[in-house]
Amino acid sequence: MRVNYLEKDKLLLVELTEEIDHCKTEELRRKIDYEIERYMPKKVIFDFNSVSFMDSSGIGFLLGRYRLATMLGGDLGIINVSKGTRKILEMSGALKVIPIYDNFKFAI
Amino acid sequence: MKSLYENEMKLEFLSKSNNEAFARVTVAAFAAQLDPTIEELSDIKTAVSEAVTNCIIHGYENTEGIVKIIARIFANTISIEISDTGKGIENVDLAKQPLYTSKGDLERSGMGFTIMESFMDEMQVESVLGLGTKVTMKKLIKKPENIENIIGNKSKISMRAD
Repeated sequence: MRVNYLEKDKLLLVELTEEIDHCKTEELRRKIDYEIERYMPKKVIFDFNSVSFMDSSGIGFLLGRYRLATMLGGDLGIINVSKGTRKILEMSGALKVIPIYDNFKFAI
Repeated sequence: MKSLYENEMKLEFLSKSNNEAFARVTVAAFAAQLDPTIEELSDIKTAVSEAVTNCIIHGYENTEGIVKIIARIFANTISIEISDTGKGIENVDLAKQPLYTSKGDLERSGMGFTIMESFMDEMQVESVLGLGTKVTMKKLIKKPENIENIIGNKSKISMRAD
């Protein structure tokens, strides 16, 4: 995971670099919640470009971060989502609240 | 002893969450001999990951136990059996409902069985309270003969052009 905060746009860009499963989400959750609480960003963007695998653990993980970001007055979106990941998110209804952007500039 | 199947493998491991990746990659490597597409392989990996995660967090509730996987290949079909000897499921029909979870506090989405069902061609759950749970999934790997023909023709054409 790599985190980049763009002060000008109050945008927190989180590049996920691991496979998202039950094992990995616990640690990711802790680290990312710390960053969200620290910066209180207007927008949190998860970049899925380097995510080669995601199972249903990713749904709860994303919705949990969405809840935290919106509670702190921000918003959350995702970019570079693979076909498999999109299928899982679609099935769960998560895409009804979490938008997929073409790239992070569209998110601003 | 001669197996009824063309190929068969068994895998047993401790119910530790860092074995989830090991399990799905191992089953995918076994399935590779059926020459699946990347998407079919990804479906199998996801379904295995869901079933193994269930064994670890629901079956054994994060205590130590053994997760067992048996995968079999027969005529373009892979069958995968994933079982635990944990606490069992009280109401299987309820557990299979989309978005139903008994562990909402852990940010579980309740989509595990729904994903297994839709990513595989068949799924069966057998569970006995106090004895454990066994999930059996099957997937037919479609041979892309048509695609091979198209690519074959294309390569002939390009060779001629060269």
